[in-house]
Amino acid sequence: MAKFKKDGGRGLPAINTSALPDIVFMLLFFFMVATKMRDREMKVRTQLPQATEVEKLEKKSRLHYIFVGPPLDEALGTTPRIQLDDAFAKVNQIQEYITLKNSQKDEKEIPYMTTSLKADKVVKMGIITDIKQELREVNALKLSYTASKAVDN
Amino acid sequence: MGSRRRDIPEINAGSMADIAFLLLVFFLVTTTMDIPTGLQVALPPISEEPPPDSKQRKREVLEVLVNAGDQLLVEGAPLSIDRLRQKTMDHLTNEGKDPTLSTTSTKAVVSLKNDRGTSYDMYVQVYNELTAAYNEVRDEYSMTEFGKEYSKLDPTREKEKIKQVKAKYPKKLSEAEPVSLGGN
Repeated sequence: MAKFKKDGGRGLPAINTSALPDIVFMLLFFFMVATKMRDREMKVRTQLPQATEVEKLEKKSRLHYIFVGPPLDEALGTTPRIQLDDAFAKVNQIQEYITLKNSQKDEKEIPYMTTSLKADKVVKMGIITDIKQELREVNALKLSYTASKAVDN
Repeated sequence: MGSRRRDIPEINAGSMADIAFLLLVFFLVTTTMDIPTGLQVALPPISEEPPPDSKQRKREVLEVLVNAGDQLLVEGAPLSIDRLRQKTMDHLTNEGKDPTLSTTSTKAVVSLKNDRGTSYDMYVQVYNELTAAYNEVRDEYSMTEFGKEYSKLDPTREKEKIKQVKAKYPKKLSEAEPVSLGGN
């Protein structure tokens, strides 16, 4: 172990690792900028449909999320359920949810709030239509059907 | 003093990398990479009045119907989804040539009606094709007018051009209240 002693470094010079933190910090900052926090636990499966005309949603802070899909927990069956935040919800809870979320925002931002609807491919339109109707009731008129980018052919 | 300063030992920064790695791993685990993308839709506001376009002439409206079996009916005839985009583009750019399609692009309406049993996947695909048709005709028009695609126009500096294209091809995509035709 004498080799590693500070005054015993006569034979083999220590490798300079002082730049290592810089490199790691650089990686760290890259990931901090390029990723977003995983802020909720998924309770439903959302395998997104594909589309070519998708647009990027600009501001993350101006989004409400609604998830629809079959529950991940197979004991709950395969009927698609709605998830708001971390819990299952019924269609009639959407209005309340949007109103609550809007009340936490700046009033000027409310017209720009977009609802990001993440629904699984197998979901039927009946439930989606009910959600759309609820959103119209609370005047949350900007909707985005979340879809992954498909390659145009 | 000078000699004492020389005696101060170097601060050991070796563990700095460990700390940074720890933070890095934390961020790798708690974050996701996906950027949200989606088809943007503007829902119509709820109004008490009946829709005003009920007297609209039939030829201005391209009727698209999707049934519970995910089959497509356009203007009363079955159509495969691959040809929906071309059909919609024909309708929008018809300018009175074909007597069954629209008279002018500014009046052309696309009406989308789906069943409660239609799958979301099919609906998104149909919606995507209709949006694509609008985007393509706008791109084409913008290309001949300004030599630049509509999607590439700068929203801050070329506001007037965008307005002109939008006026030429207004996105009149109406969605009827869905019906339940059964077969869920």
